[in-house]
Amino acid sequence: MTTSLKSLNQLPVKLTSGHRLCAGCGEPILAKQILMGTQRPLVVSLSTGCFEVSTTVYPYTSWNVPLIHTAFGNGAATCAGVEAAYQSLKRQGKIKEEMNFVNFAGDGATYDIGLQALSGAMERGHQMLYVCLNNEAYMNTGIQRSSATNMGTDTTTSPAGSVSSGKQGYSKDLTAIMVAHNIPYVAQVSPHNWRDTVEKAKKGFDCGGAAFINAITPCPRGWRTAPSMTVDMAKLAVETCVWPLYEVVDGKYALTAESLKIADGKAEKKPVTDWINAQGRYRHLKEERWAPVVEKMQANIDSRWEKLIRLTEH
Amino acid sequence: MAKKKLEDIAINGDGAVAYAWKQIDPDVCAAYPITPQTIIVEDFSKFVANGEVKTEYVCVESEHSALTLCAASCSAGARTFTATASQGLAYMWEMLPITSSMRVPLVMAVANRAVSGPININNDHGDAMAARDTGWIQMFADNVQSSYDNAIMAPRIAEHPDVQLPIITNLDGFILTHAVERMTPVDTDDVKKFVGEFEPVCPLLDYKHPTSHGMLDGPDFYYAHKHQQVEAMDKALEVAEQVFKEFKKLTGREYHLVDEYRCEDAEYIAIILGSSYGTMQETVDRMRDAGIKVGAAMPHIYRPWPEKEIARIIKGKKAVAIFDKHVSLGAYGPLYPEVVAAATDLEEMPKMYNFIYGIGGADTSVSILKGAMESVIKGSADKINYVGMKL
Amino acid sequence: MAKIKIKDMPIGARVCSPGSSEAILTGDWRSYTPVVDKEKCINCLNCWMFCPDNSVIIKEGRLEGFKMSHCKGCGICAQICPKKAITMTEA
Repeated sequence: MTTSLKSLNQLPVKLTSGHRLCAGCGEPILAKQILMGTQRPLVVSLSTGCFEVSTTVYPYTSWNVPLIHTAFGNGAATCAGVEAAYQSLKRQGKIKEEMNFVNFAGDGATYDIGLQALSGAMERGHQMLYVCLNNEAYMNTGIQRSSATNMGTDTTTSPAGSVSSGKQGYSKDLTAIMVAHNIPYVAQVSPHNWRDTVEKAKKGFDCGGAAFINAITPCPRGWRTAPSMTVDMAKLAVETCVWPLYEVVDGKYALTAESLKIADGKAEKKPVTDWINAQGRYRHLKEERWAPVVEKMQANIDSRWEKLIRLTEH
Repeated sequence: MAKKKLEDIAINGDGAVAYAWKQIDPDVCAAYPITPQTIIVEDFSKFVANGEVKTEYVCVESEHSALTLCAASCSAGARTFTATASQGLAYMWEMLPITSSMRVPLVMAVANRAVSGPININNDHGDAMAARDTGWIQMFADNVQSSYDNAIMAPRIAEHPDVQLPIITNLDGFILTHAVERMTPVDTDDVKKFVGEFEPVCPLLDYKHPTSHGMLDGPDFYYAHKHQQVEAMDKALEVAEQVFKEFKKLTGREYHLVDEYRCEDAEYIAIILGSSYGTMQETVDRMRDAGIKVGAAMPHIYRPWPEKEIARIIKGKKAVAIFDKHVSLGAYGPLYPEVVAAATDLEEMPKMYNFIYGIGGADTSVSILKGAMESVIKGSADKINYVGMKL
Repeated sequence: MAKIKIKDMPIGARVCSPGSSEAILTGDWRSYTPVVDKEKCINCLNCWMFCPDNSVIIKEGRLEGFKMSHCKGCGICAQICPKKAITMTEA
């Protein structure tokens, strides 16, 4: 398949209109790109969250493919259950076709409450792709901090106040934790680069084992950005190295797309202040007294980026 | 009747459940080890390792994932079994009502064990009772034979087109799970024929007919979906009776919604669950020998609650003693108010006494049960009594 | 709410009509409406790829218009259009 928008446009629509996600939500954009990564019959699993509640309001479904949701912290186990049924029925000759299985979950359902189920499913090596729609907080319940929330972020449970600069501590490097599971495919994606995302999704679906994709997924409501800026924000996350694009195939790291260009010196690595200044959730950091926090944020981004470059042996 | 009569074997309750599962040969099994259920998963793992079953066996990382994986597998179109106990069932709790609301006929063996804390591995019914309101059918066994028989009958009840609900087969931890008893197995071909092929409703893997499972409901639809579950529970009573009849034809072993022992001419009835039903039968015999007309009854199906049968059994009796191996702290044992509710249909209500016993594995002897029944007959019992407490 | 009887509802809150949320007309939410200048449009289809609501209509590889029944008016299409061919209007 040559990946062009015209060819992708020929594919059947798996997620339809009429879902109740906010205007400008990044989740359906990202999900659409991921779902373009396979032409095989597919079952989609969803962890509880914005994406789930908005696409499954009874008696309507936004899904043209089989869909299952059970609870919040167990999307990986749900998807694994469908896959286990498939493996059994396929071995018995009751199913002939090759199929794919994917779970979509937010960062709360992945980094926090669902981490154990995710770790278990990845370790067992179910033939499934787990996609984290990472919008860096619990958006469905109204913007509470998660362990994916970055330092300095104003959320409703890490509010910026007279003595607080917002969320304390850095975000968890979940992608690295997934790499540590020795699964065949791990990647970070951003919806602004559809080509990179579709290709990585395809690799995830085709890897023959457990795959994990972590996707920065802008949330206009939680990030305090205009709905029209969703794709721009995703791009900025990559350009500032807040969210590097890379993949780890059978343990081997490789930078991709804009991140590769930055590492090669072919593109500028933008400062974190560009990231902060673009989003209302960091508005308070413009105050002089929080300058040390901004410095720490930049230092953290830099050290993570340098570590990644070392891992890619770039 | 069965084509082939098999020799009796000596086996413990967990082993008997695993044996039944091997004969049924489910498509998927996912479980997590927990005392006193562990023998089931160990035995079954051996069957998988030796190619004696076709089952896809998944060693999950927790009970929450065990039940999740099983619910999803069953939704996908695979006959799926699991097993747990106590803390495991507690850890599954979030998924219990979700599983029943998804109407998947999943089978789960529960090796009944006291719920922490303090942590205690011995038998009582705290785990099963905490699952009481979650929409699962629950069967109880009084010995190894009925633990095995329940394991064979359970999928038939759960998978019936009018039922489509998950089912728990309870067996008392250690007393049944680990104690070796004599048991008559059913021929494997007969088991397979009795249980039949699994026919899933709208399975996910039927991708040509895409269905969405696990939707978001507003109040009106939620209420309606819950009412559908109520209707299915009502049907489950009828279906269970039918399955018991067919099972009797196959094996000669007789079960009822409420199993009865010498109740017909009894003046006093003891209602009790699980292995203690056997102890109570011995108690009944001894009291009968002394000329006291006592009978015993065990709800073989505890959920849905067989209220009509309970009402019939206690009708016209002088008094009923309700024995609970669990207590709703600050209220009664869970059986007591339900038996009382069943009696409200009777013209004359017998006297009703609640006995809490066997908590955390406290010894349940004939002398304890006999003492309790004597206090009922004398009228010296309180409304709620804690018996067998040594301290 | 659609007129549905309990006895007609599939068990388990399952929905057997794929893609039925098309019946939910989220176009009602819209405050700003995309308008395309077809003179400027190069049919790159970026607007289609980045539309969160499947509301960019493409026919034979060309931008035909917007599905107003569902477009929520987020303005992503206008923002990412490389030719600035789409403008958001108050309507």
